[in-house]
Amino acid sequence: MDKSISIQSTEDYGINSAESLRLLRESLIAGEQTTGKVVSVCCGSGCMSSGSEHVRAAFVRGIKDQELEDEITVKKTGCHGFCERGPIVIVGPEKIFYQHVTKEDVPEIISETLIENRVVERLLYEDPVTGQKCFHENDIPFYQKQRRIVLKNCGIIDPTSIEDYIKVDGFQALAKILSQMTPEGVIEEIKLSGLRGRGGAGFPAGIKWETARNAPGEEKYIICNGDEGDPGAFMDRSVMEGDPYSVMEGMMIAGYAVGASQGIIYVRAEYPLAVHHLSTAIAQATDLGLLGHDIMGSGFNFEIKIVKGAGAFVCGEETALIASIEGRSGRPKPKPPFPAIQGLWGKPTVINNVETLANVSRIALNGGKWYSEIGTPTDKGTKIFSLVGKVQNVGLVEVEMGTTLREIIFDIGGGIPGGKRFKAVQTGGPSGGCIPEELLDLPVGYESLAKAGSIIGSGGMLVMDEDTCIVNIARYFLDFAQNESCGQCTPCRLGTKQMFKILRDITRGDGKPGDIEILLELSDAVKQASICGLGMTVPNPVISTIRYFRKEYEEHILERRCRALVCRSLIFYRIKPYRCKACMKCLEACPVGAIIGAKWQVHEIDQSKCIKCGTCMKVCPKRFNAVECVTGRIEGLGDKSE
Amino acid sequence: MDTERLNKILAVFEGKRGGLISILQRVQEEFGYLPEAALSSIADFLKLPPSQVFSVATFYDHFYLTRRGDHLVSVCQGTACHVLGARDILETAEKCLGIKTGQTTPDYKYSLERVACLGSCALAPVVLVDDEVHSKMTVRKVKKILTEDLDDTETRT
Repeated sequence: MDKSISIQSTEDYGINSAESLRLLRESLIAGEQTTGKVVSVCCGSGCMSSGSEHVRAAFVRGIKDQELEDEITVKKTGCHGFCERGPIVIVGPEKIFYQHVTKEDVPEIISETLIENRVVERLLYEDPVTGQKCFHENDIPFYQKQRRIVLKNCGIIDPTSIEDYIKVDGFQALAKILSQMTPEGVIEEIKLSGLRGRGGAGFPAGIKWETARNAPGEEKYIICNGDEGDPGAFMDRSVMEGDPYSVMEGMMIAGYAVGASQGIIYVRAEYPLAVHHLSTAIAQATDLGLLGHDIMGSGFNFEIKIVKGAGAFVCGEETALIASIEGRSGRPKPKPPFPAIQGLWGKPTVINNVETLANVSRIALNGGKWYSEIGTPTDKGTKIFSLVGKVQNVGLVEVEMGTTLREIIFDIGGGIPGGKRFKAVQTGGPSGGCIPEELLDLPVGYESLAKAGSIIGSGGMLVMDEDTCIVNIARYFLDFAQNESCGQCTPCRLGTKQMFKILRDITRGDGKPGDIEILLELSDAVKQASICGLGMTVPNPVISTIRYFRKEYEEHILERRCRALVCRSLIFYRIKPYRCKACMKCLEACPVGAIIGAKWQVHEIDQSKCIKCGTCMKVCPKRFNAVECVTGRIEGLGDKSE
Repeated sequence: MDTERLNKILAVFEGKRGGLISILQRVQEEFGYLPEAALSSIADFLKLPPSQVFSVATFYDHFYLTRRGDHLVSVCQGTACHVLGARDILETAEKCLGIKTGQTTPDYKYSLERVACLGSCALAPVVLVDDEVHSKMTVRKVKKILTEDLDDTETRT
């Protein structure tokens, strides 16, 4: 084995030993120090849709025009997690954090910051509480309480440059385990770390690996589950897009530990950029000899291919995912046999979620003990949450297990916008539940959330304020569930349909006394009599909302009242005659001509025509404030509704 | 249907196992949808009963058995989009295009879809027009996008 390879350029090297990886890394880092200033433009899906590609192009052009190419490097990175503030640009050795950057801002950034070393104040983030400008990412409250282990490279490295990944200790964990550890030793470290599956079920990763390792058979598989289907969760997308190499390295370590030589990444078809970056990463690693035959001279062989999903939520369930890879409809199978014993093509198969696998290289490099000290005694490590909905700072946050919901929503998330009141937080998507205000000090963990009737799940965290209707949210999730049920188990197929119908009726004002009891009974049946995780969990949003917000259900059913003013059949717009100045604004704006009146004649809404779009309320001048929205049984209103 | 184009795709999958979904994806990329004749040929090629091919083609949301419009408008109905008014966005899109969700305009210019989640939750509500994500949508913005695009295509044709 040639350990003394000399590296001339990044084009013609191959990595055939841990030593050659070390040499390459050193030469890449040495090469970087001479290049000087760097502009990192976020090119994650979020920033891209806010126009970051144009920003990057403007930097490249501007720097070329000023003949500064030798001094300034323009780099694209993955997601910073603060997508709402995009496009995000990090400038210079000082790493100044600019937000909402447009291509028009680029010339100023080049001349001011890159040439003159001055900060462009207006592009800085301003802390809404203190009014202070933040220069660096770490000064922003959104990042301060986070602990980024999985996301440590996201927003730092160019996700299409394997050299960038190698510079930040990429493949060091792989080199370490291949040269110093036995497969059993790797499994012991993972078990010691306490890492549990981050996809939803929370099964201990080490035990899954051990089961597959001990299962008889030569041919084994590692599958990365990138079928992130939970609406409202996008951490796996960000990791695959922003740091595909960590996912790949995690799969390789799993492959070595389990004794598998083939890996498959199953990615949702809705994530084209993730597919692109993962394919690039695989091709680069293969070229370098990091994937393929006899990796780093260890005798370990591993290859990875990508399979694109075809749009079925249930394929996130592992047996359905396997069916999909085998070319069949994604219908789950009863377990046992577990995939770790009898999985893809009947062979032992480990299926781990993207975030789980991205943790693996960190654990392998720093040791299981290091990881087990993060978090709480029962829940180890970190978890990425996608904080969305009615919250000030929307985005991806990675926190230690045991952080409280209040810290996540108020300290990191900045609380509820518009001075509104917090109502509930929904965690775990369609399989999770709603957690009310009184439980905000709950530390996040697998068991603590389960006790409160919810789950961590994939990490979706939907914040709701007083303007969100709880029954409508339950209806929303059941609508999703009845669409996505594969249809195999009757209680799930028909139960979710009936539950959806009842919830729809309640939101339409057609609820009947006793509906709540039927919903709970159906929930129980669906949970008990379905074979897969989908059926067993989709009633959760209903059960938990009834548990904490039963009163709101009763108001809908008994009083025809939607206190959040969301359910259209239960609300009415009307014009207060004593405030109306007959200005004709609403009359002209109404899309269905439901407003009666004329100049000098006070307006009135014809309830039989009104579609409750709220346009009249929006256009009524604030100083008149003549349109109001009401709910409940009100004399003269309500009998003519849909 | 162009048999030559289909055979070219099938040839790539010769001797590979589990290729059905990948084949359907490639065929749909090529033809824009899955023509019935293609499904039969795929069944022959894989030596599968046509019912199994049809079952897979109808199980997954991404497969279409009828011709689609030139432009695909997908309105995200994810959780984050939902609480920020995705329903109004979808209704407005239906009105602008004059079709219901899941339908295609008679001139085959537009198809309208709802998607469960695009993963752009921080920018909710979002609408995807072909490959372009439009973020933080409002009723007014959706009207603008759909009418502008319409005009564009009209001047081109």
